[in-house]
Amino acid sequence: MSALTFALKTGAGAEAAADIDCSGLTADALAGLSATDIASLPILFGGRTAHVGDVFDVSGADSTQISFKGTTARCHRIGAGATGGSIRVEGDAGDHLGLQLKGGEITVTGNAGDFVACEMKKGRIVVHGNVGDCAGAPLPGNKKGMSGGMLVVHGNAGERLADQLRRGQILVAGNAGAYAASRMIAGTVVVLGTLGAHCGHAMRRGSLIVRQRPALPATFADCGTHTLAFLPLLMASWKEAGAPFATLPVNPRAQRWMGDTGNGGKAEVLVWA
Amino acid sequence: MSDTPPASQTSRQMVINGTSIDDTFAEGFGMRGTRILITAQNHRWAYNAANAMTGFATSVIACGVEAGIERELSPDETPDGRPGYSVLLFAAASAVLIKQVETRMGQCVLTSPTSAAFSGIDGGDRINLGKNLRFFGDGFQQSKKIGSRRYWRIPVMDGEFLVEETTGMVRAVGGGNFLVLADSQPQALAACEAAIDAMKKLPNVVMPFPGGVVRSGSKVGSKYKALMASTNDAFCPTIRGITRSDISPGIESVMEIVIDGLTEADVREATRVGVQACCDIGAAGGIRRISAGNYGGKLGQFQFHLHDIMGGAK
Repeated sequence: MSALTFALKTGAGAEAAADIDCSGLTADALAGLSATDIASLPILFGGRTAHVGDVFDVSGADSTQISFKGTTARCHRIGAGATGGSIRVEGDAGDHLGLQLKGGEITVTGNAGDFVACEMKKGRIVVHGNVGDCAGAPLPGNKKGMSGGMLVVHGNAGERLADQLRRGQILVAGNAGAYAASRMIAGTVVVLGTLGAHCGHAMRRGSLIVRQRPALPATFADCGTHTLAFLPLLMASWKEAGAPFATLPVNPRAQRWMGDTGNGGKAEVLVWA
Repeated sequence: MSDTPPASQTSRQMVINGTSIDDTFAEGFGMRGTRILITAQNHRWAYNAANAMTGFATSVIACGVEAGIERELSPDETPDGRPGYSVLLFAAASAVLIKQVETRMGQCVLTSPTSAAFSGIDGGDRINLGKNLRFFGDGFQQSKKIGSRRYWRIPVMDGEFLVEETTGMVRAVGGGNFLVLADSQPQALAACEAAIDAMKKLPNVVMPFPGGVVRSGSKVGSKYKALMASTNDAFCPTIRGITRSDISPGIESVMEIVIDGLTEADVREATRVGVQACCDIGAAGGIRRISAGNYGGKLGQFQFHLHDIMGGAK
């Protein structure tokens, strides 16, 4: 069975820039439906209800392997709430990619918008380009962000990366913006590039692992350089994330800063060469 | 460590390399077992932790658990890529095993420099390894969930003690055994050493007595009411003239090897390998008989018949 494919129709005028809510296009919602059935399903498009067939050319049959082609930053909520299956996005993705994802895998070849992996619970999201602000964070007003699974970003991340992260791993190959790991509750964030200002602000627990020492708030205390036995185990779990994470030399040595002492001081920033 | 039937029960003949194999059986019991992987900076310190963890663990009668080092682990066999040892622990009841694992982890592994400990059984019932031990960290402990496994990082004076939260507990078999009857004490010991060397190459089993060998086999009961077990006088050579002895003339020493394993097949295979090693020495090396201890088949749920295991008709 061929992958169920949604190819974005090329529009014109105002409609070309209209937001599309793709949250209904998951394996859970589409199991057992034919391409014709799916094309007639309702979809929010530019603030009104349209049919899926008005927005996408639908082909293929296997809803456990969904492919989006030609998507733009207007395609929001791709994979939201999915419990399994794979979704491949050839193009860019909009906001809330993998919102509250409960299983399966989402791969994006381009960039993704804000709130990627927002409140994600399980599964894996791989973005080959950049992600916007608040990746792994909670929805506004909620108090717990991503609580499981893995987010892999091969490009850069915006501001508030992993804000209120509860559990799981976020790996960023590029740079992260201001307030990375702010208010983090637990979990692991790895940034191979640079960090913006105020990283670890109000961080409570969890690990922020970086390769070069960031400008930390004064409320972080140096605890020295140590051999940490958990680092090789953690790195072993990066094999599934692919390069560059999977090919990093295993190194259990890291300089440990603990903070934010303004919020309990039990979180750690590991500067790991 | 068990009562043995009189010689009259050992009627059928099986002789291997001049060593007579009694037509009898070892009686095994259902136990609960677990495996723990202990690593450290090098094998010396992994061994120190593993050795302490499995110390004073020869018999459930007084030690709570029967335990031993299963084998040495190379760095590519351990979760953290360091040298290590796998240990097996067995108890008669789940609650006892759970308690013993917790106390031994706390006193023997947590305390040992550079050590870390991991689950050695993925399935089974999950029992605490570091789940409660983490409180030693006094609030400074850190949890790290990697995949489906949770680890605890406990700050200690030499750095950080890493321990997996749980390990697996499975149904297991204890009480496998065989007796080596020899012309002399050195010959009995030499045969037992050969047997242990061969048996230690097998997975899933431990021989919990010192060096794998026990010289003080016991029978149930005693003339002293306070004792639940006493010396197995039927196999004590120095009193063979005044007791209902099961030792034929010329036998000067008897030693026993007790086997605990994760499955009946593991104990059976270890018995075969151990008896065969003794028989390889054979009568020329002073090994006259191989026997086994049982309770008449009334107490244990497993029977390891020597003739059956060694290839003869039972």
